[in-house]
Amino acid sequence: MSYTKLFAIAVLGLFLAGCKQTPVENPEPVDTTYGGSGADTSGGGIYGRGGGEEIPDNSMDETLGTVIYFEFDSSEVRMQDQELVAAHAIALNQDTFKNVRLEGHADERGSREYNIGLAERRSQAVRQLLMIQGVSASQIQTVSFGEERPVAFGNSESDYAQNRRVEITYTN
Amino acid sequence: MFKRTLFVFALTIVLADSAAAQKLVIDVQGVAQPTPVAVVPFGWQGSTPAAPLDVATVIKNDLRRSGRFAPTNENDMLQKPTDGADVDFDDWTILGVEAVVVGKVIQSGENAYTLQFQLFDPFTRRQLVGFRMPASRGTMRSSAHRAADMIYEKLTGIKGVFGTQVAYVVAEQQGKDRLYSLIVADQDGENEFKIMESKDPIMSPAWSPDGRQLAYVSFEGARSSIFVQTLRTGSRFQVSNKPGINGAPSFSPDGRKLVITLGGVDGNPDIYVLDINSRQSTRLTTHRAIDTEGSWSPDGKFIYFTSDRSGGPQVYRISANGGTPERITFEGSYNARPRLSPDGTRLAVVHNDRGNFRIAVMNIERKDLLVLSTGRQDESPSFAPNSDSLIYATRQGGDGVLETVSADGLIRQKLASGKGDVREPVWSPFPRF
Repeated sequence: MSYTKLFAIAVLGLFLAGCKQTPVENPEPVDTTYGGSGADTSGGGIYGRGGGEEIPDNSMDETLGTVIYFEFDSSEVRMQDQELVAAHAIALNQDTFKNVRLEGHADERGSREYNIGLAERRSQAVRQLLMIQGVSASQIQTVSFGEERPVAFGNSESDYAQNRRVEITYTN
Repeated sequence: MFKRTLFVFALTIVLADSAAAQKLVIDVQGVAQPTPVAVVPFGWQGSTPAAPLDVATVIKNDLRRSGRFAPTNENDMLQKPTDGADVDFDDWTILGVEAVVVGKVIQSGENAYTLQFQLFDPFTRRQLVGFRMPASRGTMRSSAHRAADMIYEKLTGIKGVFGTQVAYVVAEQQGKDRLYSLIVADQDGENEFKIMESKDPIMSPAWSPDGRQLAYVSFEGARSSIFVQTLRTGSRFQVSNKPGINGAPSFSPDGRKLVITLGGVDGNPDIYVLDINSRQSTRLTTHRAIDTEGSWSPDGKFIYFTSDRSGGPQVYRISANGGTPERITFEGSYNARPRLSPDGTRLAVVHNDRGNFRIAVMNIERKDLLVLSTGRQDESPSFAPNSDSLIYATRQGGDGVLETVSADGLIRQKLASGKGDVREPVWSPFPRF
């Protein structure tokens, strides 16, 4: 039992580690204790460009692995997130004592209680995907927070996009 | 500041005094030509140097905030009578004042007072209203609002709502956490009282028809449930905590039932009627779509609700006994959160107006839709008990603030809170004396 559990955690761990690797190597912050005037960096010379690296899209870095994002007015799990859901399904199938809570969220446009309905649809979409892959209904609980728990507080499309999500939380 | 903690159903409710809560600040946009009125400073007969409350100022502010009246500056008054017998009508007609209010507060015991006022038309030289009412220090403000309501009704023919209250939710950032509070305040923003606070979201407050209770949704314990709380005692009871969504409570006109939304394990939100005493619920809708935000028609016959069964959200109504829903709104791609005016003639909705979510009112008979608000993310319309104006939430600089608007769109008031994100205002019924 404990071996399968460990295996499941290892599989998930590897998966998460794999997904996480890019954002970890951020460039050094420019204004450290050394000098710190910022004058050096403003030049933007050839050395600066050559030595730097591309900053990855970090909108998902901290929560990657447990958060699934959705298009506007959609509850469809996107192709790129299906693998992630599958990894959770494997973990849940390998340890049927594990339970998850799927927290559905909406962006803040429109009516609050209607958004509760929309966000619930998203958590149900993830639930269905888990169940298709063999996870027992008794392992999954859904809760919809609608627009009540935003992670981004602005009102640009990228803020809205960060708020349209399902968070997967292991409850035991 | 004092804090009292009540343990009810092993859950905690914090009551905080009004001084600690934030104060609402008000900004008014009225009709083009408000009627000039004079509210003369009230007289005082008592054992202390001044009356416990400046009653005339409360009345004056109420009338000014209505947007329909322009109170005369005290410095322009040629006389300051406190009794009808001393009013010189010529002193008021010369100022062009169309109504004069005089009155006084008389102390009759340690905490016993009489508030009396008279309203005159200086042109006809007739008394329009005269009234005397008992008051204590604690009730004097509401007595002053009551006087303003009587004056307003006499002058406009519309029942005043100065003595009513508003309930709303405030979310404040506290470090990493958000703190949610359910607040009840007088409709002018005074006497704010926190009736519940939680680190988990609070949503959808709804008044009982007698104004004594609020139903609301709480996410304490990371799941939704519906509570009914008695304002006077602070005690509350849970009326629904089914798996999945428990949401959108709204009282029946007789106060015995709630229409609610239940989602169930499979997450299909439908409209149910819950008998509060027996906790028995009856399912009204069975569609796979989102059916939510139910609210009763004032005659109790219908339940209006939001459904996206046609694709986007639109308003439908169904007999309170069940049956086939009938679609009510057709204009535009998004009409949600229906609330009927207490006189049953108008329906307020959240309407998508060319990409902006705004408050609109539909005349039930004529079916025409009038957009009343001007924001980008306006929500939660709620009618005043006189059906003449509405309160709703709008955004200002990242925070939610409250606004009221007359149902014809002419008079607008902003109620800006000192801090926090204010949302989901609901106007109380008329107070009962």
